[in-house]
Amino acid sequence: MKGLYDPIETEKREWRRKQNRQKAKTGLTIFSPILLLLVWEILSQSGLADARFFPPPTAIAVAFFDLFASGELFSHIEISLFRILAGFLLGAIPGIILGLCMGLYAPIRHFFSPLIMAIMPIPTLALLPIILILFGIGETSKVVTIAGSVFFPVVINTAAGVLSIDSIYLDVAKNYGANRKDFFLKIALPGSLPFMLEGIQMGQAIALLTIVAAEMMGARSGIGYLIWTSYNAFLLKDMFVGLILISFFGYLFSLLLRGLQQKLLPWR
Amino acid sequence: MSGKPKISIRDLTKVFYKKKDSTTAIERISVDIAEGEFVCLVGPSGCGKTTLLRIIAGLEKQSAGRFEIQRSGEERPSQSMVFQEKGLLPWLTVEENIAFGLNMRHLPKSYVKEKTQYFLTKVGLEKFAKMYPKELSGGMKQRVSIARAFANDPEILLMDEPFGALDEQNRFILQEELLSIWSEMKKTVLFITHSIDEALYLSDRVLLMSSQPGRIAADIRIDLPRPRRLQDIRSHPEMTAAFTKIWQHLQEEVQGSRE
Repeated sequence: MKGLYDPIETEKREWRRKQNRQKAKTGLTIFSPILLLLVWEILSQSGLADARFFPPPTAIAVAFFDLFASGELFSHIEISLFRILAGFLLGAIPGIILGLCMGLYAPIRHFFSPLIMAIMPIPTLALLPIILILFGIGETSKVVTIAGSVFFPVVINTAAGVLSIDSIYLDVAKNYGANRKDFFLKIALPGSLPFMLEGIQMGQAIALLTIVAAEMMGARSGIGYLIWTSYNAFLLKDMFVGLILISFFGYLFSLLLRGLQQKLLPWR
Repeated sequence: MSGKPKISIRDLTKVFYKKKDSTTAIERISVDIAEGEFVCLVGPSGCGKTTLLRIIAGLEKQSAGRFEIQRSGEERPSQSMVFQEKGLLPWLTVEENIAFGLNMRHLPKSYVKEKTQYFLTKVGLEKFAKMYPKELSGGMKQRVSIARAFANDPEILLMDEPFGALDEQNRFILQEELLSIWSEMKKTVLFITHSIDEALYLSDRVLLMSSQPGRIAADIRIDLPRPRRLQDIRSHPEMTAAFTKIWQHLQEEVQGSRE
C-alpha cells in the first residue's frame, strides 16, 4: 500500500484522524469531573480525607435523595430560583434601557456614568443591612439585592455595546431617514446585543453568588439558607447538596444563555 | 422642469476646525448636474470628494454655501447613498437590508414587500433573501447595497466608491449591472471613484477634483454612446485622450502634495 497514489484515501485517513481527535477532546471534558468525584470518593472512603468534612459523593447523593423525597429540597430550590429570576429581571431590564440611553445620548451618559462608577465598586452584599432596613426581611429585600448586583454589569456592557457600533451603521440609518425610535430599536438595540449578552452572562454569575450570601444572612428558606443551616448543624452532607446545586444551576444558566446568544445573534 | 438642474451646488465650502488648526476640505464648489446625468467625481485621495458627497447626503454640514436638489414629489426622499463595502447592517438579512429605507419611511407592508422582491430579483439575489451579510461575498454585498438605494426610489443617488474593495472581475460585472439598472430607472447619480477606467465607463461627465483645498479642476464630458462596452473605451481615441488628461492631472496633484 505504501507509496500508492491515492489522494482520496490519504485525505480520508486524515479526516478520520481529525474526527478521532475531536472525540477524544469531548471525552476529556466528560472524564475530568468524573475523575474528580472518583478521587474524592476514594480519599473519603479510605480515610485519607476526613469523611466528617468531606463526605464521599455517594453519601452526598443519598442525602440529596433524602432531602428530595421529603420535599424540603424542592421548596428551597423553588424559592431561590424565584428570587434569582425576579431579581435578574428587575436588574437587567432597567440596565438595558439605561445602557441604551447612555450609549445613544451623550448628556445622559455624562450624567450617569460618574454615578455608576462610584456606586459599582460597593458590593451589594455590603449594602444588605441597609436593604433589609429599607425593604424588610421579606422577599423584596432578596430580590432587590440581586437586582442591584445584576444591574451594573448589564448597564455598563450595554452602553459600551452601543458605543462600539461602527459609525457607518449610524450613517446608514441617518441617510435612510431613521427616526429616534428606529435608531433605538433597529440600530442601538441589535448593534449592542453582543456586548449586552456578555453583560447578562456576568450578571447571571453574580446573581448566583449574591443569592447564596443573601440567603445566608437574612432568610428562612432557599439554597443559601440550606447551606448555612446545614453547616451550623454540622450536617455537612446536606451542605454539600446545597453547594452542588449552586454549581449545577450556574452551569445550567450558562448553557441557557449561550443557547439564547446563538438564537439572538444569527448574524454574528 | 427641463431647464432647472437636478442638483445645483453653489459656493459649497467645508472647513474642519480643530484647536486653532483649520483645513479647508472643499472650497467654493459650484456645479450644476442635470436630471438623469451620471456624474463621476474623480480626484486624489484626500481631495474632499467624500466630504462633498457626505454634505449632500446630509451626514455632514457645510461651513458655507448651499446646495439644492430638485424635488419631483413630496413623498420621495431627496437622496439615498450607496456606501463603501461595510454599509450593510449586519443584523438584518438581505431582504431586510433592501427594505431598510422603505421601512424607515414606514410605508405600507405590501408595498415594501413588492418593491423588495422586485429589486431582490433585479440584482439576482432571490436565493439569498434570508441570509445575513456575513454569509455574502463582497460583490453580493454591494448588490444588496445598490438594491437598497434604488428600492428607496430617491430623487438622486449618491455612491461613495461602492466597488473600491472588489476584485477586478467583480468590479466589471457590478459596473455593468449598475448601468443596466440605471438605464431603466433614469436616476441622477453622483458617483465617487478613483479609478479612471470606471469613471470613463460609467459616466456622462467626469468632475476632476484637485486637493487641498478641494476644487473642481476640470469638467469633462464623456459622449460615448450607450450601452458601452469596456473594450470600446480602451480603443476609442477620444477616451484615450480623456484618460491621459485625467491621469496627468492626478499625477500632478500627487506630485504637488509631495513637495
